[in-house]
Amino acid sequence: MSLSHIFPTYFKIEIDRDLCKKCKRCTNHCSYGALSFNGERIVAEDDKCVACQRCVTMCPGKAIRVVRNESYLPPHGNYTRRIRNIIWAQSGNGGVLLSATGNDRPIRSIFDDLLLDACQVTNPAIDPLRETIETKVFFGRRPNKLDFSMDEGDPSKVSLKTEFYPHFEIDMPIMVGHMSLGSISYNACMAIYQASKELNILAGSGEGGLHPDFYEYGPNIISEVASGRFGVDINYLHNVAGLEIKIGQGAKPGHGGHLPGEKVNTLISQTRMIPKGSDALSPYPHHDIYSIEDLAQLIAALKEATRYKVPVGVKIAAVHNSAPIAVGIVRGGADFLTLDGFRGGTGAAPRIIRDHAGIPIELAIASVDQRLRDEGLRDEITLVAGGSIRYSADLIKAIALGADVGMCCLPVLIAMGCRMCQQCFRGLCSWGIATQNEYLVKRLDIDVARNRIINLFHSWNEELKEVLGAMGIDSVESLRSNRDRLRYIGPNPRIAEILGVKHAGE
Amino acid sequence: MIKTTMILSKENKKTVEIDVAPNGKPLKYQDLNDKIHEIIQNGYERLILNNVCGQRFIAASLQGDFEIIINGIPGNDLGVFMDGPKIIVNGNCEDQMGNTMNDGFIIVDGDGGDVIGLSARGGKIYVKKDVGYRVGIHIKEYEHQYPIIIIGGTAGDFLGEYMAGGLIITLGLKFLPDGTIIENSHSICGGELGTGIHRGKIILRTEENLESKLGVGAKLFKLMEETKKEIEPYIKEFCEIFNIPFDLIGKKPLQVVKPISKRPFGGNYCGQYI
Repeated sequence: MSLSHIFPTYFKIEIDRDLCKKCKRCTNHCSYGALSFNGERIVAEDDKCVACQRCVTMCPGKAIRVVRNESYLPPHGNYTRRIRNIIWAQSGNGGVLLSATGNDRPIRSIFDDLLLDACQVTNPAIDPLRETIETKVFFGRRPNKLDFSMDEGDPSKVSLKTEFYPHFEIDMPIMVGHMSLGSISYNACMAIYQASKELNILAGSGEGGLHPDFYEYGPNIISEVASGRFGVDINYLHNVAGLEIKIGQGAKPGHGGHLPGEKVNTLISQTRMIPKGSDALSPYPHHDIYSIEDLAQLIAALKEATRYKVPVGVKIAAVHNSAPIAVGIVRGGADFLTLDGFRGGTGAAPRIIRDHAGIPIELAIASVDQRLRDEGLRDEITLVAGGSIRYSADLIKAIALGADVGMCCLPVLIAMGCRMCQQCFRGLCSWGIATQNEYLVKRLDIDVARNRIINLFHSWNEELKEVLGAMGIDSVESLRSNRDRLRYIGPNPRIAEILGVKHAGE
Repeated sequence: MIKTTMILSKENKKTVEIDVAPNGKPLKYQDLNDKIHEIIQNGYERLILNNVCGQRFIAASLQGDFEIIINGIPGNDLGVFMDGPKIIVNGNCEDQMGNTMNDGFIIVDGDGGDVIGLSARGGKIYVKKDVGYRVGIHIKEYEHQYPIIIIGGTAGDFLGEYMAGGLIITLGLKFLPDGTIIENSHSICGGELGTGIHRGKIILRTEENLESKLGVGAKLFKLMEETKKEIEPYIKEFCEIFNIPFDLIGKKPLQVVKPISKRPFGGNYCGQYI
């Protein structure tokens, strides 16, 4: 046995032989090849197990448990289990390590260090069950002020002079982030788009075009124009609510995309408009964008191409100098700006970038919002922010820090069944989410998944209303950038300063 | 002079002519494109634009069998997202002509700029003289769509970078003001030729040893009879359009650059259990 097979596995599959009926169901369900039947009994190979919990869930006799297996590794506070595993993997493979989902390092979350304000005595709370609390958001570019012209003869005749830019309404300040057909399955895409339509929220198409089956959900889809321009044609541009130029992704700022040829089946080929089996490489930069002026040119080109009917935005990863870049983007003509923090998700990204590049979304929202306000631009655009908005509390805090809309992906996947085994890039997802294997994709029931997403966001929206009511605010737009309703309780007052949030007790 | 009869459909199309700089004042690109859309809606099939001077995005996302003749210098992103029309430019072009083009035919009787045909999925782009950097970057192919870029002169660095399909031909000719055509003394292309190429091919008409110019994943091949047969009609068409004697082409060898593999970077990455 080679050295690479000797190091201890993370997980141990325990099969209760008394409960096991040898039905072999688990062997069919395990897409990672960790379970097999040798003619007499079920055999478990711990080194192949990723703890996706599919076998545990599907076993009719409840005979399987996946448990931790790390007790005998010598402990070391600096060379943690994780670091040792990285070294073992690299010394075995000699390549750039891939990873999926978001940054998994235990870095302190700033969202968790923020507390919300609530009304007592001097400002009345609102009861969200009996009174209207508005969670609608207008998406797109808005005029800073309205101009009217008066009829000189008849002063009662007033008409609006201001010309409006394309914008639309969504019912909740929520967007499902960009996950392409390719990174996730057809069924997963369909469930997300159907839920988004039902809830009238937004969903991102990801890079890689829009399959014609999804055109009917176009009014709720923001489609991406990324460096590879996969699947970008006129039908695509004309069939969506908004267009987003993808410059960067929170999980891999400064990095392109790479869909391996083996994943490009008929479905993906039709969507991306590339031959079957061909690699889909998204170059690291857009080769027509080397400056803000070039970006402004692509924004203008997309506006020209769509005859000024849809908002055109730009998505950037939250990096050190996001704020000045954001100003350039807004001045360059973008109607909305999407910020993706360093904890943002991915289907496949080099681990070194996922784990170490970018900045927290909380700080990026606050600094971009402040800079745009300083320059008098904030109210003109919609700011979408994502990168680990895990639950409604994060969404509410992101809005209070300055985002108009919160963007998330992983909560949606988890709602659909994802157990976060973080193996998305292998295309073997046993839950039928991050895979293109038809046998596996069928496992994801579109109706069930759709309803679970609807339930999830319905509850987020209700919780948002509860919080708004407790704060005495009757519209989510009044919470946006309302940092006075936040207090900081973390260990580093400098963070509070950058966030523009007072310390608790102040 | 271009033989427009080669390109434009012969039947009498309903034609309109516009001065893009009326009274010496150039139209803005928004107004120009508005006009083009209005003209198409009014049932015209051919448009002649005079005095074009740097207007960007001309013919952006136009569809169908429309024909545009541009007299002057169009700005960046000529024919961006275009899907079908034919454009003849009597003059030079700026950057990113045919950006993400789906289908169509752009003919330039002059020089082209940088990043021509960025991510184009189909259509043809013929440039009579020289072009700049990163031409044909990431052009693709899909089903019946097959983008073709032919350059009469020479190209800059990064020709056919990230190429994912289609065909680029560079002929290395020089067109003197008096109309004579000679061999271009400049190198046929710059460095990093076809770097990251994973589908499609680049044909270069030169005796130069291109080995040292090849980028990552690109490899030189001999011209096979099959490829020669495939490309000949396009070169013939190019020669006829620009009045180049076809015999001239045969005076230098054609070298072929193709990808080493369909997965140039496949081995760089690996998964692991962490």
